[in-house]
Amino acid sequence: MADFGFSIAKTRSVKLSDTDMSKYRQLLELVPSFKRCISCGGCTASCSARQFTDFNIRKTHCYFRRGQYDKLEQELQKCMLCGKCTLVCPRGVNLRSLIINMRQILTNTNEIIG
Amino acid sequence: MENFSPFVLPFVLGSIALLVICLYKYVRWIRQFDRLQQKTLLKNIFSIKFLPAIGEMFRECLLHIRISKKNWRLGYMHRSIAFGWFLLIFVGAIESRIGTKGHFHYWVAIFYRYFHQVPPENHTAWVFTQLMDLLLLYVLSGVFLAFVKKIKSKLLGMNRATKHTLMDKAIRYSLWGIFPLRLLSESVSATLYHNGGFLTQTIGNLFSTNVASFLEMPFWTLYSIDLCVFFVLLPFTRYMHIFTEVFLIYFRKVGLREHTKMTGFTKFELSSCSRCGMCIDACPLYKDLGITDVQSVYLLRNLRNLEHHKDIIAAGKNCLICHRCAEECPVNIDLMNIRRISRDKGDLDIVNSYKYLQKVQSFNAIGRVAYFGGCMSHLTPGITESMQTIFKAVGQKYWFMDEDKSICCGRPLLQQGFNNQAAELRRKNTDLIVSSGAQMLITSCPICYTSFKKEYKLSIPVLHHTEYINMLIEKGMLKVKKSDLKVTYHDPCELGRGCGIYQEPRKVLEAVANLMKTKNEKENSLCCGMNLGNTVISLEQQTTIRNAALDNLTAPGPDVIATACPMCKKAFKHGTTANVKDIAEIVVENLEKNA
Ligand code: SF4
Ligand code: SF4
Ligand code: SF4
Ligand code: SF4
Ligand code: SF4
Repeated sequence: MADFGFSIAKTRSVKLSDTDMSKYRQLLELVPSFKRCISCGGCTASCSARQFTDFNIRKTHCYFRRGQYDKLEQELQKCMLCGKCTLVCPRGVNLRSLIINMRQILTNTNEIIG
Repeated sequence: MENFSPFVLPFVLGSIALLVICLYKYVRWIRQFDRLQQKTLLKNIFSIKFLPAIGEMFRECLLHIRISKKNWRLGYMHRSIAFGWFLLIFVGAIESRIGTKGHFHYWVAIFYRYFHQVPPENHTAWVFTQLMDLLLLYVLSGVFLAFVKKIKSKLLGMNRATKHTLMDKAIRYSLWGIFPLRLLSESVSATLYHNGGFLTQTIGNLFSTNVASFLEMPFWTLYSIDLCVFFVLLPFTRYMHIFTEVFLIYFRKVGLREHTKMTGFTKFELSSCSRCGMCIDACPLYKDLGITDVQSVYLLRNLRNLEHHKDIIAAGKNCLICHRCAEECPVNIDLMNIRRISRDKGDLDIVNSYKYLQKVQSFNAIGRVAYFGGCMSHLTPGITESMQTIFKAVGQKYWFMDEDKSICCGRPLLQQGFNNQAAELRRKNTDLIVSSGAQMLITSCPICYTSFKKEYKLSIPVLHHTEYINMLIEKGMLKVKKSDLKVTYHDPCELGRGCGIYQEPRKVLEAVANLMKTKNEKENSLCCGMNLGNTVISLEQQTTIRNAALDNLTAPGPDVIATACPMCKKAFKHGTTANVKDIAEIVVENLEKNA
C-alpha cells in the first residue's frame, strides 16, 4: 500500500462475544470490591510508580475488565504495592489485593510453600 | 531376668521408637538449614552464648514462666504437667538407683513400685516414697485443670481454645491417661507390698489383696501401653514441642533467625508450637470479626503438615501482620516472618521489575539528615509539613528524599511474599542514601522505619520521627511548651510491638500535653485495621477492627487522639469526630515561639 504518512487506526471496540471473560469473573470472585470501581482514576493519580514511569493502574484494570489481557502482567510488575491507590480510592476497592490477584490469574501461578 | 516383666515391652519399644524418630527428624531439619544458618551454627556451636540458653530452657520448657506471666492458671496447668513429670522421672531415677543398688535397667525407674516389692526399708526410702506421691499428685492436679479447660476454657481465662485435629485429640487422651493409670497401678502394688506413699497406700488400702493381685498385671500393662501410644504419637503431634523447644532455644541463642524461605530452622519453629491457643484470643480477626481459622496456631499446623495447600494459602493471606499474636506467643516463635514465608510468591516474584528507577539520581546531602516521609505520609501532608517546620526550627539542614517522587521502602512487597522485588527497592534506596552522604535517616512511617531499621543494612542511624523529636527536646534544642490538651496515644503495631518504641512518643507527648492512659496500650495496643499486611478482609471488616481500637482511645475522653503513623491517622480520622493528630503536628502547635 502506498504510504500517505498516516494510517487507519485499528478499531478499539471489544467484541464481547469473542472475549474470554473467565479471568475477569475469577478476579471478581477473589476481589469483590472491584465491582464498585467507577473508573474515576484516583488510583492512577496517586500512584507512586507512575511518578517515574508511564504505568497506569486504572488503565490496566480497565483492560482487564474488558478481557484484554495482553501485556498486562509486564505492566503490573511495575507496581510497588505501596498501597497509596488503595487508600485514596473513593469506592473502597482493595487495589493491592486486586493487583496481586490480577498477576496471579494472568500467570496462572499460586503461591508456593515448602 | 531380674527386674523384667513382659509388660514393660510396650514402654521400652515406644521409647526407642520415639528416640529414633526424633533423631531422624532433627538431623533432617538441621540439614535443611540454609547456608547462612549453617555458617552461623558452625561458628557459634561451642560459644558461651549457649550458657544462658540453659536457664531459658529450664524456665520456659519446664516452668513455663512466660505463660504464667500472662495467665497464671494456664501457667500452673502447663508447669504442673511439664515440671511435675520431669521431676517424677528425675526423682524416680535417683530413687531406683539407690534402691536397686546398681542392678539398674532404665524402665525400672518408671515401674519402680512394681519391681521393688518391699515397704520402704529406711528413712531415705520413706522420704522418696512420699515425695514421689506428692509429685504424682502435682501432675494430676495439672491434668485435672487441662480437663477443666477442655470442658470450659473460660474458667482458665481463655475465650477460645484451639480446635485440635483427631491426632492431637488422641494423644491428649493418652497423656491424660498416663497419670491416673500410674496412680492405680502403684496403688494396687501398694495393697500387695505395702510400698506406697500417703496417696497410693491410702488408695491401695481400699482394695482387698485378691482384687489387687487380679488387677496388678492389667493395670501395669495398660500403663505401659499408654506410655507407648504417647511416645509413638508424639513426633507427629503438637507434643513434639516438648523436645523441639529445647533445641529452638539453643539455636536462637547462637544466633539463628528466620529468613525469607522455609528452612530447617522454620521446621524447628513450627514444631515448637504447643498449640496452646494463646494467639487466638489476641487476634483482632477473631476478637472483632469472629474469624477462627487463620490464626497463627492453625497456620503453623498447616505448614507443618503441608497437606492442606489451599488452607495454607487462605490462612496465610488473611492476617494483618499486627504482631499481636507474636507478642502473646509464650514460645516467642517468629510468627510474623513465618507468615511471610507462607506467602512466598514464587515465580510471580520476579527480578528486575523496577528498571524505570535506574535513572533516579541521588542528592549531595553531606552534613544533612535525610528525611523519608514514606508513601503514606504523602497522603497526610500535615505530617511531612510539621517535620519540615521542626527541622527549620532547630536549624537542621535536611534532604527530603521522597518529596515529590517516592520510591517505596519495599516492606509492603515483603509482607506479601515478593522477596526479590522488595530487595530491588531496598538496593535502590540504599544506593541513594549511601551516595548522598547523609548522616542520619529520619522517617515518619513506622512501616518504613521497620524496613530501614531491620531489613536495610545502613551504617547511619535510623530514627522514627518520634525518636528524633524526643532527642531534640531532651537535648534542649527544640523548645516546646506544655499545653492543657488531654491526649491518648495509639501505639502503631509496627512501631510498638514491631520495633519496641513505646517510651519516646510518650515522652514527647508528656512534654507538650497531658497524656492519658488507655486500657489497651503498649504491647497490648489494638490494631487500627488498615495495616497493609492484610489483602483479604473487606473495608467493612477493617472498619469494625478500627472502631474497636477507637473505642479504646476515646474512652478516657481526650481532646486529641495522637498517633505516630500516617496509616493509623488516616484510619482513625474517618471514624471519629474527635481530633486525630500525629505527634509531630501536636509538637509544632506547641513550639515556643521566641525560641
Ligand atoms: S480509584 Fe478506585 S474507583 Fe477510582 S478508578 Fe481506581 S479503583 Fe476505580
Ligand atoms: S500500590 Fe502500585 S498501583 Fe497502587 S499506588 Fe502503589 S505503585 Fe501505584
Ligand atoms: S503460635 Fe505460640 S501462642 Fe500460638 S498456639 Fe503456638 S505456641 Fe501458642
Ligand atoms: S498478626 Fe495479628 S491478624 Fe495476624 S494472626 Fe497475628 S494477631 Fe491475627
Ligand atoms: S512503608 Fe508504606 S508508607 Fe512507608 S514508604 Fe513504604 S509503602 Fe510507603
